[in-house]
Amino acid sequence: MSAPRRPTDPSGLERYYVLTGGRSGPGGSASSLDVATLIVSLAAPVPGMQHEHEEILRRCRDPLSVAELGAHLGLPFNILAVLLTDLLEAGRVEARDPIPAHGVGRGPDLALLEEVLSGLERL
Amino acid sequence: MDLKGFDRPGRPGGSGPRSVKVMIAGGFGTGKTTMVRSVSDIKPLTTEETLTQASADVDHLIGVADKTETTVSLDFGKISLNESLMLYLFGTPGQERFWFLWNGLFKGALGAVVLVDTRRLASSFRAIEEMERQDVPFVVALNVFPDSKDYPVEEIRDALDIPEHIPVVACDARDRASSRDVLVTLIRHLKDRSAVALESR
Repeated sequence: MSAPRRPTDPSGLERYYVLTGGRSGPGGSASSLDVATLIVSLAAPVPGMQHEHEEILRRCRDPLSVAELGAHLGLPFNILAVLLTDLLEAGRVEARDPIPAHGVGRGPDLALLEEVLSGLERL
Repeated sequence: MDLKGFDRPGRPGGSGPRSVKVMIAGGFGTGKTTMVRSVSDIKPLTTEETLTQASADVDHLIGVADKTETTVSLDFGKISLNESLMLYLFGTPGQERFWFLWNGLFKGALGAVVLVDTRRLASSFRAIEEMERQDVPFVVALNVFPDSKDYPVEEIRDALDIPEHIPVVACDARDRASSRDVLVTLIRHLKDRSAVALESR
């Protein structure tokens, strides 16, 4: 197990390095991104944009979770989070955290649970 | 109260899209992915986290001598509850030792379903412990495999040491309606908890 794995495939780490300009993790506004956070485009792609940014804006015309976006684009969560930070900071996308986002110790409210329940019962 | 949800002008219809998430946990091979698949509206997808950043701190914990990338995968599905509310279901990674590496894997979840294979009860001990440790509300679903013996639910509750107030139900994870019923049990349990919390205030 001690042999270091060095990816030579351009779809591996080198690719991610290039995509993110060497940044390894999100900071600032994207550090709270969850796999179930919904991303919604606020702007159309503009010419000259990085391909992945453009792709995100196109796919998020209708809200899409970070997890779905990662699966569609074939990007791991932390790489995607870096790209989303760029777009969030530029005001090109909006992020909506899953509810309850950080209500630790305080349960979700009853109205929300009712809504989930009636949705499930319709299945 | 959430003050982040200011509507942008020009967006019709109130508060816009929202999401909730539920985790499907349990030991290896207990049917987590099967349940996600049977109840999801979309073809289940897989999302990955490449753990390179975190490894500086945790290498020795997980016994990885060299710093290499580790990939942890989550299978997930989605249910449209109504026009503005999505339920995302995430099957936890089979290797529970990686759970803590997922930043906020359980944070922000409404709760969890812990799947148990009645032929191998011990495989889900770890998942139950983890829910208790992280204070994630959960229900236990016995995935009744065709060749498992007909275990009485209460006997299993004793064997797993599940307190009386936590529901234990039997299900068939391959069946959409049965999996849906498990989710309904979870949400009802969450409602009971919220009601109790309100009363004791």
